[in-house]
Amino acid sequence: MNTPEQDSVDRREFLQFMAASIATAGLAGCARQPEEKIVPYVRPPEILVPGKPLVFATVIPFCGIAAPVLVESHEGRPTKVEGNPQHPGSLGAADAFAQASVLSLYDPDRAQVVASSGNISTWSTFLAQLVPLMAQQRVTRGAGLRILTESVTSPTLLRQLDDLLREFPDARWHAHEPVRRPQDILYRVDRADVILTIDSDLFSCDPGNARTLADFAARRVPPRMNRLYAIESTFSGTGAAADHRRPGRACDMESFAWQVLDGIEGKPPDDPWIAALVRDLLAHRGSSLVVTGHHLPPTVLQMGLAINQALDNVGRTVVFTDPPPPHPSDIESLVQEMNASRVHFLLILGANPVYTAPADLHFTRALDKVLFKAHLSLYEDETSERCDWHIPEAHPLESWSDARACDGTVSIVQPLIAPLYGGRTAHELIAALVGKGPQRSYDLVRATWRNLSDTEWETALHDGFIKGSALPPASKTIDRPPRPATTSADGMEIVIRPDPSVWDGRFANNAWLQELPKPLSHLTWDNAALLSPRTAARLDLKNEDVIELRTRGRSVQAPVWIMPGNADDSITVHLGYGRTRAGRVGTGAGFNAYPLRTSDALGGGTGLVIRKTGLRRRLASTQSHHRLDGRDHARRATIDKLPPESELKSHPSLYPEFPYKDYAWGMTIDLSRCTGCNACVVACQAENNVPVVGKDEVLRGREMHWLRIDTCFSGPAEDPDAILQPMLCVHCEKAPCEVVCPVNATVHDGEGLNAMIYNRCVGTRYCSNNCPYKVRRFNFFGTAQQVSPVQQLQYNPDVTVRGRGVMEKCTYCVQRISASRIQTKKEDRLIRDGELLTACQQACPAGAIVFGNLNDPTSRVSQLKRDPRNYAVLADLNTRPRTTHLLKVRNPNPEISDG
Amino acid sequence: MGSGPPVIEPSYTVATVTDKISSVVLTRRTPVGWIIGFSVALLLTMTFLTAVLTLFAAGIGIWGVNVPVAWGFAIINFVWWIGIGHAGTLISAILLLMQQKWRQSINRFAEAMTLFAVLCAAVFPLLHLGRPKFFYWLFPYPSLHGVPPQFRSPLVWDVFAVATYFTVSLLFWYVGLLPDLATFRDCAKRKLAKIVYGVLAMGWRGSAIHWHRYDTAYLLLAGLATPLVVSVHTVVSFDFATSILPGWHTTLFPPYFVAGAIYSGFAMVLVLAIPLRAAYGLEGLITPRHLDNMAKIMLATGLIVDYGYVMEAFFAWYSGNEAERFMMINRMIGPYAPAFWATIACNGLAILALWFPRVRRNVPALFGIALLVLVGMWLERFFIVLTSLHRDFLPSSWGMYYPTIWDWATFAGTIGLFFTLLFLFIRFLPLISMFEVRALVEPKT
Repeated sequence: MNTPEQDSVDRREFLQFMAASIATAGLAGCARQPEEKIVPYVRPPEILVPGKPLVFATVIPFCGIAAPVLVESHEGRPTKVEGNPQHPGSLGAADAFAQASVLSLYDPDRAQVVASSGNISTWSTFLAQLVPLMAQQRVTRGAGLRILTESVTSPTLLRQLDDLLREFPDARWHAHEPVRRPQDILYRVDRADVILTIDSDLFSCDPGNARTLADFAARRVPPRMNRLYAIESTFSGTGAAADHRRPGRACDMESFAWQVLDGIEGKPPDDPWIAALVRDLLAHRGSSLVVTGHHLPPTVLQMGLAINQALDNVGRTVVFTDPPPPHPSDIESLVQEMNASRVHFLLILGANPVYTAPADLHFTRALDKVLFKAHLSLYEDETSERCDWHIPEAHPLESWSDARACDGTVSIVQPLIAPLYGGRTAHELIAALVGKGPQRSYDLVRATWRNLSDTEWETALHDGFIKGSALPPASKTIDRPPRPATTSADGMEIVIRPDPSVWDGRFANNAWLQELPKPLSHLTWDNAALLSPRTAARLDLKNEDVIELRTRGRSVQAPVWIMPGNADDSITVHLGYGRTRAGRVGTGAGFNAYPLRTSDALGGGTGLVIRKTGLRRRLASTQSHHRLDGRDHARRATIDKLPPESELKSHPSLYPEFPYKDYAWGMTIDLSRCTGCNACVVACQAENNVPVVGKDEVLRGREMHWLRIDTCFSGPAEDPDAILQPMLCVHCEKAPCEVVCPVNATVHDGEGLNAMIYNRCVGTRYCSNNCPYKVRRFNFFGTAQQVSPVQQLQYNPDVTVRGRGVMEKCTYCVQRISASRIQTKKEDRLIRDGELLTACQQACPAGAIVFGNLNDPTSRVSQLKRDPRNYAVLADLNTRPRTTHLLKVRNPNPEISDG
Repeated sequence: MGSGPPVIEPSYTVATVTDKISSVVLTRRTPVGWIIGFSVALLLTMTFLTAVLTLFAAGIGIWGVNVPVAWGFAIINFVWWIGIGHAGTLISAILLLMQQKWRQSINRFAEAMTLFAVLCAAVFPLLHLGRPKFFYWLFPYPSLHGVPPQFRSPLVWDVFAVATYFTVSLLFWYVGLLPDLATFRDCAKRKLAKIVYGVLAMGWRGSAIHWHRYDTAYLLLAGLATPLVVSVHTVVSFDFATSILPGWHTTLFPPYFVAGAIYSGFAMVLVLAIPLRAAYGLEGLITPRHLDNMAKIMLATGLIVDYGYVMEAFFAWYSGNEAERFMMINRMIGPYAPAFWATIACNGLAILALWFPRVRRNVPALFGIALLVLVGMWLERFFIVLTSLHRDFLPSSWGMYYPTIWDWATFAGTIGLFFTLLFLFIRFLPLISMFEVRALVEPKT
């Protein structure tokens, strides 16, 4: 038997236990307490009200060009990126890349430590290493020092590089941008009545695409519409928006451009289509615009400019900015020097040349000859692997910096959060190299703009840009390139373009972008060799057959995807895939097209040989059937044959009508404006915590996007017409989903929304079956709740993170409606039209999506519902959708009768 | 069917009937065939348990369902099993009321089969839920949620229909068992058997009052069960018919489904009865006349089902509705067309052989046709569920459904469960109603 001393709690201890448990019992009475400690602010920030987000203006640099954004921050966590409405380069829209950048911020695969030859090290160790190196360089005036960057527009970085090169006169600055885009040309689409794009995806690939698209879309409203001609090697969103589209091989673009130029100068082309186009261009001298794709050879770009000059467009619709961007040395010369062992110290800022450098340069081999190489980047990638030092880079949302937008307007990059992984900026690294002056990014940026007063500086930070800093227009003489000897080349050609989702590979580890269905093909998680149906038939190829693409002695293996509207005998491949060190998301997705890319033909060329391998690779497309098959849910009309009045038919219903007092929400989507740029899809995903499911699940048909952009082809497969139709829950007034739910988990609310009550849902999925629009999404595995803790920081706290086994779908951003309603109730008024935007509406550069109160006859959405273009998808089912579409209006040239 | 050959072999007497049937349970050694069959069935049941546990642990994603095909094997199997579960009640109740004496040799195991089939069916709606732990939200119980089930949804009607059907079938079967359980109690040699059967017999002594009450209760239950035969599958068909999907949204479904259910139910009775009578030497009790009658019912209901196929196609064409027409064409030449044509071969062509008395009397042929009918009816549910879902109104959202290994495991598992229960029933309960067959014994002149 135990003695009392050994085995009993003494009286005092007992009372302490009791007191503690009574206290906890009292606390636990209401809800289970979190196990973690909650630490309140010691000094609460002045402007922060818990639960109310703050919004900061900043920019996300992309290929050097600033994407102006507003970033929403919840208690210090950036959660959502929007466009900056005040900024001339955005007008409130943000493209998919800018939207998705917030996910990269929280990517757990980002480089987290300073690494020396793969071992964990520290920033101070790195700085200590730099000291003797730089001392040595000082002696040789920097003869062995090379800096490799991507495109740079940051005035601070340019100033720093300038200082550095002054200090080390024999050092060199090289820049390598895998996708080269002209930075000093501004296309003023708003001033153009007739636009011709020559193999150019103007609205998604060119700098300032958000603004360009906004200007274009503003002119897609009858009766005064612009007219777009597109000739392109593969189907793009721009081609889908065109009034006249024609497939053509990239190698024929130069001769096409010559025919146009000759036509303008008085030699009528034989082809009636081109002749009509030329007459239309001539009729709009000074208000027409010709744009060429930047993957085409530089001579074609020159031709485009020459045509614009011949049409008196230069200075009107085509504007050059002054001064021209700096011209650093290129990567070719860097490789030469590295091969000659003249480079002792190479600093790579941001770029990933081991993966992206043209194949003929053999960059990796040259890199091994450099004595000391340091790499600054977000991820430990293919290049980091081969460098002596890797420094984690701070994400734009963690950094102080600056950048110029497409029109030259300077924006300040300001951090919303301290670097999660101790990242450094390029500014800090260069400053450390020079070793003098301020070392902190903020001081460096502020020093660049020291002529701004504190008030002006704060205004610039508040607005997101420095007013009046746009570059002035420049006059430029355009040299006409020599006329090529041969006009056409036989055989197959290859066209190499940046990927619409992961660009040159820099977004490969961004799960939102990987799972983003590419415009028109709807492929996710993969790139493919796109070819026309006729070419596929000739070569006896089916979708998913793996072929070997061989050109000039280099080859890659790629799965086939048959793309209606692709040019015959032309294969388009996209860059950015086949990464070997992208991270858990991007590694292994797709095939690497860079080995086909040589420095003299970055956009591909002719002489392609195709060999069947007999292998297959599954491709995950989110849409399996693209043809309209005579159905009328996606409608189009020409400008002279618009329907007489808005089609809002409804049949009687057994169920009583719902009364609406204040609000009856509704939406219209204008198909004329949509180019399938996917900004809305990513915006919806970011706003509503929509999970990413992975390739296998997409193959099973379980992608979760609440908003999809359907491609509806009609006409011949060689050159079909495409209607891009954003489709999301249309919030039926007589919703088929509501009557079949056995547990009342989807119900009509007092403002007309078809609400989904997640915690009531038991998951019978009957609602999805009965939804004729198939916009409901089911959590088969509950992926949203399985993300890493750091990724959870991105989640919008105003939206439930759905668990396994429940249905979800578009809510019309009900959390935004609630926030607006609360705000306006306090002010004792109704929500004003335009005050409340859904996430997709806010993101759409084209302004295709309009949301508002149908009870207010003056609201924009009510007016659009009365527009003759308005129609309801599947109106015959009497679902009475609250989201209706405006049919796609074409403004064809009466001289051309191609559909 | 009142006249014709005798229902049972004339050589049977009251005593031999009892001996013959009770010997299966009480005196005979457990046959090797039973042990093998039971082992296989039990193995499949374990597969079922594995599949269910995996499902609960990993989630509904292990199955092949997706959007647009949000219902797959679970619903196909549910409808198939519940269809099979129709024969028992029909035989017991409707044929009882119609005083078809031949039913008395087969009603007992047909009822047992019904119960087990309904049980197998009932697990599927539960398993297919995204959050099965909340299945009870479909019941109108008093709860703090304050949210009753949504009575416009046919899934709620389903819960009532299936639950009622199962309850009434169970009662009917058990009440019918009482006199025989008492016989077992009296005949059993071992103490444990005496006690167990004694408890189950609930004090049945065979007094006149007992028999009087029994007859009243049995008749009442038969009256209650009769509308259920029609109602259950009608309600199940509403799961489809009240939707707006092409191919589902049709008034044809209730009679078409009920006929299909009885059709497949009788096929299952035949598939079970034919090996059973051979294995236990019961050819004298389940006679060619039984088989012939069942084949006739199968033929009749099968022809109604075939009429349904024709009418579905006719409606699709006559409606002039683009989606309906496409659905029918897609059913015939789309990716799931093999299932459609196999169904037509099984349900449309194979059963036509039953017009010939020679075929109806040919036991192996009958067995083969019944098997084909079961396959055909499963495939019919397969194409009904899938072809409407996978390509509906907007071509952009069309998709395909491919069952996974877990779909198959669950399906095979329920077949295992069904046979496990059936083997246990054969081993421990009278598979033919002794007291009712005794009444069929021709009085010796």
